[in-house]
Amino acid sequence: MSKARIILEVDQLTAGYVSSMMIIEDVSISVREGEIVTILGPNGAGKSTLIRSICGLVKYTEGKVRFRSKEISGLSTHEIINQAIAYVPQTNNVFSRLSVLHNLDLGAIANPDFRKERLNRMFQLFPDLQKYQETKAGKLSGGQRQMLALARALMSNPELLMLDEPSAGLSPLLRRQVFEHVQRIHEDGVTVVMVEQNARAALKVSDRGIVLSEGKLRLEGPADELLEHPSMREIYFGAAPGN
Amino acid sequence: MIQFLIDGLVNGSIIALGAVGLSITYNVLRFANFAQGEVLAVGAYVSLALVSLMGVGIGRLGPISLGWPLLGSMVFSMLVTCLLVLGVDWVLFRVLRQKQASRITFIIAAFGVSMMVRNVITLIAGGDQLFYSFYIPKAIKIMEGVKILPDDLLILFITLISVISLHVFLNRSTMGKKMRAVAENPALAMVSGINVERVFKWSWILGASLAAVAGTLHAHITQLDPEMGFELILPMFAALVVGGVTSVYGAVLGGLLIGLSESFAVAGGGAAYRGAISFMILILVLVFRPQGILGEKERDD
Repeated sequence: MSKARIILEVDQLTAGYVSSMMIIEDVSISVREGEIVTILGPNGAGKSTLIRSICGLVKYTEGKVRFRSKEISGLSTHEIINQAIAYVPQTNNVFSRLSVLHNLDLGAIANPDFRKERLNRMFQLFPDLQKYQETKAGKLSGGQRQMLALARALMSNPELLMLDEPSAGLSPLLRRQVFEHVQRIHEDGVTVVMVEQNARAALKVSDRGIVLSEGKLRLEGPADELLEHPSMREIYFGAAPGN
Repeated sequence: MIQFLIDGLVNGSIIALGAVGLSITYNVLRFANFAQGEVLAVGAYVSLALVSLMGVGIGRLGPISLGWPLLGSMVFSMLVTCLLVLGVDWVLFRVLRQKQASRITFIIAAFGVSMMVRNVITLIAGGDQLFYSFYIPKAIKIMEGVKILPDDLLILFITLISVISLHVFLNRSTMGKKMRAVAENPALAMVSGINVERVFKWSWILGASLAAVAGTLHAHITQLDPEMGFELILPMFAALVVGGVTSVYGAVLGGLLIGLSESFAVAGGGAAYRGAISFMILILVLVFRPQGILGEKERDD
């Protein structure tokens, strides 16, 4: 794994929603091709801001982002997505007034080649979507919506998939299904970076974990070692007592 | 009664075309464009300029007064109004988007644009009422006591074609699908790889084209004056709210309903009530069904 080339490189990133208050400061991470990397941390650590910055949804004041060695800092969001990066937001991640098929079609906009093949693959991965392809996305259950959000992102055939808390708000059963899907997507050759609160379940399917706290990178390491790391307890419980 | 129905449909068609443009701007660009009335007026005046240049009576088109020059002028005015709105977007609204200005800033800016355009029209064309022609077309009798002007038939036909074309565009074309996506969730549209700025441009083009058609048709059957945009914006907003602001088809339905109610108000109580009736309907809809007939409940974002 360690010999694989670096696909995503974030270099000393400082970003926030208003210029007077930065949410993440001087964060550097790198992700190798074929990895599943989970970004962990207590509430308000800046996990979502980090991946939103990578996608160009949050402007950063300092730092650089490189994808496949090419700098993507300063590009607009659609240009970044067109580099074979996909992103699934935590909420409002489907077009609820549009049909399932229309949602999947929109996912293929960044890369319309092999649309039919991708669609068939999505129906293989998520059989419910084929069944409900003419149904408006807003009428799907929470779990089905999350599957549609994943499928919409995968329709562009991305090399890097970024997920913002994919298991949030789901039942334990659906949560397990989401992580199984993440593994299957990974087996298709997609590198995955996900933000998760559910550290134990997420690290179980990950190669590496990155821990943020108060906007700074605190810890990183192999997934199986990270949970037992002595600093984990301090980062989580120190920052968010009672969790 | 049928006569008032026909008059209402003709009047409603023009309101509907303008309201559809308003609906597209509202849903995609996310603000109430109070300058839409003036876009309509610009379309009407540009058509007037070309009709005057081409001359009346050249290239007849059956019983339609003005004939081909009217249709040619309409296409030309669509081009000019599109260029105008794209120019205004470039120097004003694009900058406001970059600055992430609030919705109220956009609305006030649109007000400013509407005042400016109205004054420029007065400066160039004068404040007097103008007409495309003084020709009085002959009405066709369709049944006992019911007549329709060939020009009114043309308006109904153009509205029908415009609405069908819009439906095909929004549902079949890639840009139409992108437009619907941006209207629902611009952030998700961006992360789906959609160039949202390009979609904004197409929304302006679509709204301005329909406004140019509506303005030309309205001026053709009535008259032109610099206040025409201001007079039309209120029924267009009423149509938008009645039909449902989140639905383009709602704007069409709302436009026809407002047109019909204005026409029946004239039949029932005189022309003085014409303006009041659309606002009475507007208030009733806001109280009993705020999302409008075809609209969905709005998000708070």
